[in-house]
Amino acid sequence: MARKILFQQAINEALDQEMARDSTVIVMGEDVVGGTGANGEMDAWGGVLGVTKGLYGKYGNRIMDTPISESAFVGAAIGAATCGLRPVCELMFIDFLGVCFDQIYNQAAKFRYMFGGKAKTPVVIRTMIGAGFRAAAQHSQCLYPIFTHIPGLKVVIPSTPYEAKGLLIQAIRDDDPVIFCEHKALYAMEGEVPEESYTIPFGEANIVREGSDVTIVAFARMVGFAQKAAAALAKEGISCEIIDPRTTSPLDEDTILESVENTGRLVIVDEASPRCGMAADIAALVAQKGFRSLQAPIEMVTPPHTPVPFSGVLEDLYIPSPARIEAAVRKVAEYA
Amino acid sequence: MALSREDLLEAYRRMKTIREFEERVHVEFAKGGIPGFVHLYAGEEASAAGVCMHLTDDDKIASTHRGHGHCIGKGVDVHGMMAEIYGKRTGTCRGKGGSMHIADLDTGMLGANGIVGGGPPLVCGAALAAKIKGTGGVAVAFFGDGASNQGTTLESMNLASVWKLPAIFVAENNGYAEATAAKFSVSCADISTRAAGFGMPGITVDGHDFFAVYDAMRDAVERARQGGGPSLVEVKLDRFFGHFEGDNQSYRAPDEVKQVREQKDCIRRFAQRVTTGHDISPQELAAIDDDVAALIEDAVAQALAAPDPLPSDLTTDVYIKY
Repeated sequence: MARKILFQQAINEALDQEMARDSTVIVMGEDVVGGTGANGEMDAWGGVLGVTKGLYGKYGNRIMDTPISESAFVGAAIGAATCGLRPVCELMFIDFLGVCFDQIYNQAAKFRYMFGGKAKTPVVIRTMIGAGFRAAAQHSQCLYPIFTHIPGLKVVIPSTPYEAKGLLIQAIRDDDPVIFCEHKALYAMEGEVPEESYTIPFGEANIVREGSDVTIVAFARMVGFAQKAAAALAKEGISCEIIDPRTTSPLDEDTILESVENTGRLVIVDEASPRCGMAADIAALVAQKGFRSLQAPIEMVTPPHTPVPFSGVLEDLYIPSPARIEAAVRKVAEYA
Repeated sequence: MALSREDLLEAYRRMKTIREFEERVHVEFAKGGIPGFVHLYAGEEASAAGVCMHLTDDDKIASTHRGHGHCIGKGVDVHGMMAEIYGKRTGTCRGKGGSMHIADLDTGMLGANGIVGGGPPLVCGAALAAKIKGTGGVAVAFFGDGASNQGTTLESMNLASVWKLPAIFVAENNGYAEATAAKFSVSCADISTRAAGFGMPGITVDGHDFFAVYDAMRDAVERARQGGGPSLVEVKLDRFFGHFEGDNQSYRAPDEVKQVREQKDCIRRFAQRVTTGHDISPQELAAIDDDVAALIEDAVAQALAAPDPLPSDLTTDVYIKY
C-alpha cells in the first residue's frame, strides 16, 4: 500500500466509491456543488474547502446544493433516510449545530428507539471541527462531546487519511445516524490509503504506538501531537502507548482499560472543552473500572474552559500543544 | 377524483373513529389510567380525513403532538395506537413512544412529534426520497398555527419550493398555540398568504367542512404528483378539548366549546350533507357508528389487558454500551 493521498481526498474517495456502489447514497449541503442557479460553472466549489469537488460531474442530481437553512436540509436528510435513502449531509462547521440541533438530537437520534425499533435512520452528517485557522469562536469548536452525550447517535473522529476513508464508508453503510467530525487542520495531511473500498468498524480503537510507561488517549489532530510528544519523551526514556479511540460513540473501553492495566498511568488529550468532554468521560471510566491499575492521578490535557480566541497568540495558547502533552506525561511518569 | 359512495362511507368511518377514539381517551385519561401528556384531535377530523383520503401507503405524512387523528386518517392500527397510549408492549412503538410519538412507517406515518415544527423538515426528506426514487409519492406535513411561526416550517417551505418537491404543507389553524391565540401570535390573517413568499400556491379552507378540505387537497396532491412542486393548505378549525388533557381552558370564552360542538361539528355537517344529497341512509351511518364503538371498546379492553414492556426492553433498539 504505497499510494499516498490527502485526508480530504480520502473523504472524497469514500463518497465517490459509495455513490458508485449504492444509488441510494446522496450528498447535500451548502455549496457541496457550488454554482447552482448562478451564471457561471457548476461544481464551482465542491464544498467550501473543495472536499466534494468532482462528485457533481459523476453523479449529477444526487449531489445537491441547499439554501442556508440547516434545520430544513439536515432534517430533509434525516427524513429521506427514514424513507429509504442513505444521505450524507454536510453541516459545514460543527459550530452551526445550534441552528439545526433539534433535527439531530430530538428527531434522528430518537426514531429507532422511540418507534419501537421499527425505524432506521441511515444518515451521515459530515462536519468540520477544530481550531488553528484563526477562525475564531464560532468556526473552531470541537463539539463532538455534545453529540456523544446523545443516545442514538454514533460519533466518529478520524485522525488520518486512512481512518477518514474507512470510517466514512462504514458510516454510510451504518443504519444509525452518524456524526462524522473532520478536523479542518487535517485536510492537508498526507497518508497511505488503499485504492480499494474498505471499512473500519466502529468501537475499535487504534493503538497508534505501543509503549509501557504511560497511556495517552487522544483524538483527531491531538493524535499527531501525542506522537510528536511521545517521540521526544522516548529520548528521555519514557515509553508512551498512544490510543486513538476513532469513535466516541461507541467507545472502545476495553482497549483503554487494558492499556492502563499495563502502564498504570493515563494522560488524555482532547481539543474539546474540558467540562463534560471526552477527557473527563474517559477519566471517569478509568477511575471507575481501572482504579486498581492506576499508579498516578489521571492527567487531562485540554484547552482552558473558554471560547476559542481569534488572536494567533491566544489561539496557540488555547490549543493543547505537544509541549503540554510532554509535561503532563512527565508529571504522571514521575509520580511516585 | 369524485368521491364515490364507498369513499364517502370510508371518510365517515375515519372521522367517526377519530372522534370516538379521542372522546374515549378523554374519559380514560380522567380516570387516571393513561400516563403522560395527551393532546386530543376531536373537532378537527375533517382535516385528517380530507387530507388522507387522497393518500396511499406509499405517501408519507409527518404529524404533530396532536397526532392521533392523523394516525387514524392514515390507517395506523387503532389497537396498536391505544396500547401505545397506555404504554404497553403491544403498542405501535412497543410502549417506547407514547401519545406524542406514534409512528408507523408501513402506513407512511413518519411520526407524531413532540417538537413544534419538528415535522416539516422531515417531510422535505420524504418528498425528496419519493422524487429521487421516482415513486410518484407525495409527503404531507401537518402543523399547527403555532408551528407556522417556527423557523423550521418556514425554512422547509422554502427548501421544498426551490427543490420543487412533491410536498404539501397543511397548516391546521385551530386558533390556539397552547393558550395563546393565533390572532395574537400569527402576524397575518391567513397563514396561507405566507405561501406567496415561498413561491407556492396557498389556500385557506373551512376545516369544519370535509368537502372543502378534500377539494383543496385534490389540487395540491395533483400538483405535487405531476411535478409541480409544493403547496400550502391552511385548514381553519376548532379543537373540542384543551391544549392537553387537564387544561382548564380558561383562556377560551365560557361557552366557546359548547358553541363549536353544537354549530361547527364537522362530522354532523358531513352526515347531514351525505344523507340528503348522496344516496346514503342514516342507517348506514348508524351501522358505522356501531362498528366504531365496538372497535374502540375492544381497543381499550385489549390495551388494558396487554402486558407492560419487559425490563430488558429498556436497552434494546439503540446503540448502548456502559
